[in-house]
Amino acid sequence: MDDRQPVTKTEQRPADTPSLLPRVDVFEDGTGITLLADLPGVPKDKLTLRVEGDTLQIEGDITPETPENMEPVYAELRLPRYRRAFTLSAELNTEQINAQFRDGVLTLRIPKHAHAQPRRIEVKVA
Amino acid sequence: MYESLLNFPGSLFAELERLQRDMEQTFGQVGQASSIRAVASGAFPAINVGSTPASVEVYAFAPGVDTAKLDVQADRGVLTITGERPAARPEGDERPALYANERFAGRFKRTVSLPDDIDPARIDARYRDGVLHISVARRESAQPKRIEVK
Repeated sequence: MDDRQPVTKTEQRPADTPSLLPRVDVFEDGTGITLLADLPGVPKDKLTLRVEGDTLQIEGDITPETPENMEPVYAELRLPRYRRAFTLSAELNTEQINAQFRDGVLTLRIPKHAHAQPRRIEVKVA
Repeated sequence: MYESLLNFPGSLFAELERLQRDMEQTFGQVGQASSIRAVASGAFPAINVGSTPASVEVYAFAPGVDTAKLDVQADRGVLTITGERPAARPEGDERPALYANERFAGRFKRTVSLPDDIDPARIDARYRDGVLHISVARRESAQPKRIEVK
């Protein structure tokens, strides 16, 4: 049997499939949250982003180009997929998430709802 | 002797021992011979090495690295990968609040020992989807040959 044959994948895998935890950076400014995730080896079409309720899930399959009859000699990356989930808070606008994926780095920009953004309150002199 | 004393199931020691065993299985056994250039797990970039009859394939998982800043060198049987990855958080006065900070930033260097039968003139490096794939060809004379029986 050839393991390299593309496997038809089901949309949702059981949650207990062993997977790697991608390393992330998360930072926040006044207008939203930026999340960066390292997903090396994942092509664009194998990356899945899902928002369900208040959970954001990132999933990716690692599919590096391997020559035929290659035998692994040494491996630090031992699983073929990444998965990580985050809980979002209510002031974040999940409808407006902007995602960019380049060179194995996923950049997500999750804006805050307009009413949750900081406003300067002007003080009027009576 | 102490081992058997401590090893009743469900005890804290048993749990710890199980943990240690799991770690050893994951990260290689303690006490066994390892490569002289082995590093602690978690180094950046993670490296996988594969072998075919015609080549040695090295995969360095280095996402978000500018290829202009990547340097691959093969010298006397050692393959060295150096590079730099900038920090993601913008500098300045309006510096955003930082929560998770797990991604590597800064200069990195990793080395891989190559077998003796490789051809240093035929090394091919490509960067795709954040993976640096270095294919090192083996010398023709070292490749298995089929000998025809007449």
